Amino acid sequence: MSDDQKDDGLISVFIDGEEVRTKPGTNIIEVAASVGKEIPHYCYHPKLSVSGNCRMCLVELGMPGKDRATGKPMLNDDGSPKIMFFPGPAIGCGTNAAPNMHIKTDSDMVKECREGVTEFLLANHPLDCPICDQAGECRLQEFSTSHGAGYSRFVEQKNVKPKRTRLGPRVMLDDERCILCSRCIRFCQEVADDDVLGFTDRGSYSTLTCFPGKQLENNYSLNTVDICPVGALTSTDFRFKMRVWFLKQVKSIDFETSVGCNTEVWSREGKIYRITPRRNDAVNDTWMPDSGRELYKLVESDDRLEICQVDQVKVSPSEALSKAVELLQASDGLAIVGSGRCSVEEQYALKKIAETTKAVGVYLVGRYGEDDGILVSKDRNPNVRGALMTGLIDSLPEESLSELGAKIDSGEVKAILSVKEDLIAAGLSKAQLQKVALISLDTQSYPSTEVAKVAIAGLTPFERSGALVNQQFRIQKFHKAVPGPSGAVDDLVALGTIQANLSGESFPSTVASIWKSLGESGPFEGLSFQSISDEGILLDGTGFDSLPFVEGKSLHFEPKQEAVAAE
Amino acid sequence: MAHPKENRILLKHADEDYFSTDIDCYLKYDGYEALKKALTMKPEDIRLQVKASGLRGRGGAGFPCGVKWHDLVDRKSGKPIYLICNADESEPGTFKDRQLIHKDPHQLIEGTIISSFANDVNLAFIYIREEMPLGAKILQKAVDEAHEKGFLGKNIQGSGYDLEIVVHRGAGAYICGEETGLIESLEGKRAYPRIKPPFFPAAKGVYQCPTVVNNVETLCNVVHIINMGGEEFAKIGRPNNTGTRIWCVSGMVQNPGYYEIEPMTMKELLYDVCGGPLPGRKLKAVVPGGGSMKILDTEETYKDRDGNEFSFDDIIVDYDGIMAAGSMSGSSGMMVMDDSIDILEALGNLLAFYAHESCGQCTPCREGSLWTKKITARMCTGGARDEDLDLLMDLAKNIGGRTVCPMGYSTTWPIESYVGKFREEMEAKVKSNSCGMTNFDERLIEK
Repeated sequence: MSDDQKDDGLISVFIDGEEVRTKPGTNIIEVAASVGKEIPHYCYHPKLSVSGNCRMCLVELGMPGKDRATGKPMLNDDGSPKIMFFPGPAIGCGTNAAPNMHIKTDSDMVKECREGVTEFLLANHPLDCPICDQAGECRLQEFSTSHGAGYSRFVEQKNVKPKRTRLGPRVMLDDERCILCSRCIRFCQEVADDDVLGFTDRGSYSTLTCFPGKQLENNYSLNTVDICPVGALTSTDFRFKMRVWFLKQVKSIDFETSVGCNTEVWSREGKIYRITPRRNDAVNDTWMPDSGRELYKLVESDDRLEICQVDQVKVSPSEALSKAVELLQASDGLAIVGSGRCSVEEQYALKKIAETTKAVGVYLVGRYGEDDGILVSKDRNPNVRGALMTGLIDSLPEESLSELGAKIDSGEVKAILSVKEDLIAAGLSKAQLQKVALISLDTQSYPSTEVAKVAIAGLTPFERSGALVNQQFRIQKFHKAVPGPSGAVDDLVALGTIQANLSGESFPSTVASIWKSLGESGPFEGLSFQSISDEGILLDGTGFDSLPFVEGKSLHFEPKQEAVAAE
Repeated sequence: MAHPKENRILLKHADEDYFSTDIDCYLKYDGYEALKKALTMKPEDIRLQVKASGLRGRGGAGFPCGVKWHDLVDRKSGKPIYLICNADESEPGTFKDRQLIHKDPHQLIEGTIISSFANDVNLAFIYIREEMPLGAKILQKAVDEAHEKGFLGKNIQGSGYDLEIVVHRGAGAYICGEETGLIESLEGKRAYPRIKPPFFPAAKGVYQCPTVVNNVETLCNVVHIINMGGEEFAKIGRPNNTGTRIWCVSGMVQNPGYYEIEPMTMKELLYDVCGGPLPGRKLKAVVPGGGSMKILDTEETYKDRDGNEFSFDDIIVDYDGIMAAGSMSGSSGMMVMDDSIDILEALGNLLAFYAHESCGQCTPCREGSLWTKKITARMCTGGARDEDLDLLMDLAKNIGGRTVCPMGYSTTWPIESYVGKFREEMEAKVKSNSCGMTNFDERLIEK
């Protein structure tokens, strides 16, 4: 037995007789999920408002009975409180936990309700699972198996609706599959702040559509595809490409901006097919921008640097590395251009190289755009804070490398080690670069790669692992999803080899081993790569409060007051 | 003109030659006197008067109006309170509000003003269905006239009370008669009924503010409650069924029409007032309260809660009387069917309406209403199967009570009662498959 309210502010509710302690007001679907009981649902989504239209989550509700005359609790013969169940079912998603509430999730009535709803949903459903992209991850498919009758009593003509309506550049609608749950509509209203979707017509003929003259083209449109419980909304990019059950999921991070959306990379046999958001309630909820989903195209892009080069001649990675070491040893006046796109581990290795070579300058290329207040921030580098925390840099990077250009012109800088940056796009001229010994580690063939003495073919974020520090100073991990090209070398291996050769001491070249020194002291003290959870760990960034970070307010981020004032 | 057995209070002047919809005419017959009286009272006292009158909502559910006003409306939130007059009269077989609006609009305006005053409302809406363009015109004219005469606007009759009434036209959807659907529509959205909890209008109604939603006839009654006092009003009719009700009798009787009566028996209403069945015919069934209510078989023997048996003729035509017979008085639209009616076709016709009007928000009603319509349409056109009646009953069970709004029952109750009470007739039709090529409207068949 439990009191109505104990000191911890939690209340007791009973799911199928089992006591669960929960916060008052938690909805019943979540309460049941917390003890591993799934209440099937379509329209309910934890990050959207409750709509209550699918009626799949109907449960039986009851409260301890009270005698009307005396106000005393009613008791069963054995002295236990008598639970008075409401005669009709109630929706779990729209019901909030109240003290001593009893919920039946598997009574005969509840099963009958689910079977009824499933039968109704399937009545006009085209059952085109064999050609449906959603097959394998379709709630309707799953619940039809677990809660359906297994046969159809529907002998009438099914409704005919449009099969391919283009809602926007990235989203396609199959109206016949739509179960009218309104998740996509609510998402556009409540999260994307771009109210373009709605229903027209009535009853079973209701149809999802864009408002006249509008289309679903905001940078979050593909989230509607993710949350569509059936195959009504599909991604034009992923449509008909691959069955989802063949795909392997790897946890990753969106590299676009300093928000660091958590993602999942879906691949098969070394080829990536799509990127979807991964839930992290402290960062991106269950959303991510469309732009971040296209990044996997870098892996097989036309300008991919697949093989290392020395003086524009293709060589093996080891030849390229030894040439790079040779050049670095020979030259004084080395400048290092790191990148906000490098992982913490790579930045740490770069920092060590800078120390060993007594580099005359260490630069990062700043990338700034407009923030959208949701999940795209102004800082388009995902890991500037990582560079600050590893000590690679001590101020925020500028967009142009003009200072480095001046040092080249003055002859102070005679060699450059550049990682993942197009130096020409960053403001240096081809003539300037030709004056110095340029060693670059790139994934794409940039204009500046063409004048590099040594061009080391590196890996994209999908081909290596590491950690990033986002705008909240949250360190988050990304993992290797697919192998890199055979002629390329892992960035960390490249940098580690260079450092070991330059310093004459061994240097770790794997993520796990480099964390042994990273976790020894400094801002990452006590951490190891394994100890960073999938949700990331919030680090103490107060030491950098004085820096004028550019990010504005976004989904789970409030800029520090000083930074706002400085703007 | 009024039948002698009627007691016309709301329709007192409605059909008289001397009466018009002009405010001058209304004033001549003591119009707006109740308002003047009400403005001298405290709003709370008016609410208590209405509670004492026992007035029950005339829209369908029959919820006590005074309880709604006095006990439910959230007055503590500090938010403005709104009043909505639900003039979206669209239940099949119902045409009482239309008479009140078309023939005595100022009575409704006066009732709305008093009710608004009683509930501290400064902005009231009359939501009138799209299919009543004339009614909307008449009401707008009445509102304008009331403005001119100082019954609306700022400082009404020097009392310091302000009120504006907005006449809002719907866009042609049955579901707007459901109060939360109406509120959504009024807010400019698609009329999807809201989930309750949490969106009870009395707490979170229009613009998320406390809202009083009342039927046209209910608001008109308020005028007379103020005039005669709550306790005096409660003497009309019988306890828990106070006041008169306007019954809309349609179908196979000699004199169909609208009749404002105190509770009387079915026999009195259908035979004495409405003149009984057409020559040579026999009454077969009656839908007592608008299309969605359960049908009553004229040959059935009914049993009340105490086990007393009574015949169809003895059913008392009011809330509790019809409830005792297992149906509801609903919106008081009484549809009478005689022995010329094929009950399966009647059901098919009704289901076609509800399939057309289902808003499509929630699954059971959206899919169930169309499916059951398709089944009955097929049965009516010669494609009946033995299992269809059981299938209909089973589908009906899966709709009612599992939807967002009560409209699910509009499909469930007719099926359960028509099939339940006339199963033998339907089975005979199924067996002989004589359903084909009868009067069923071919346009209702799914192409």
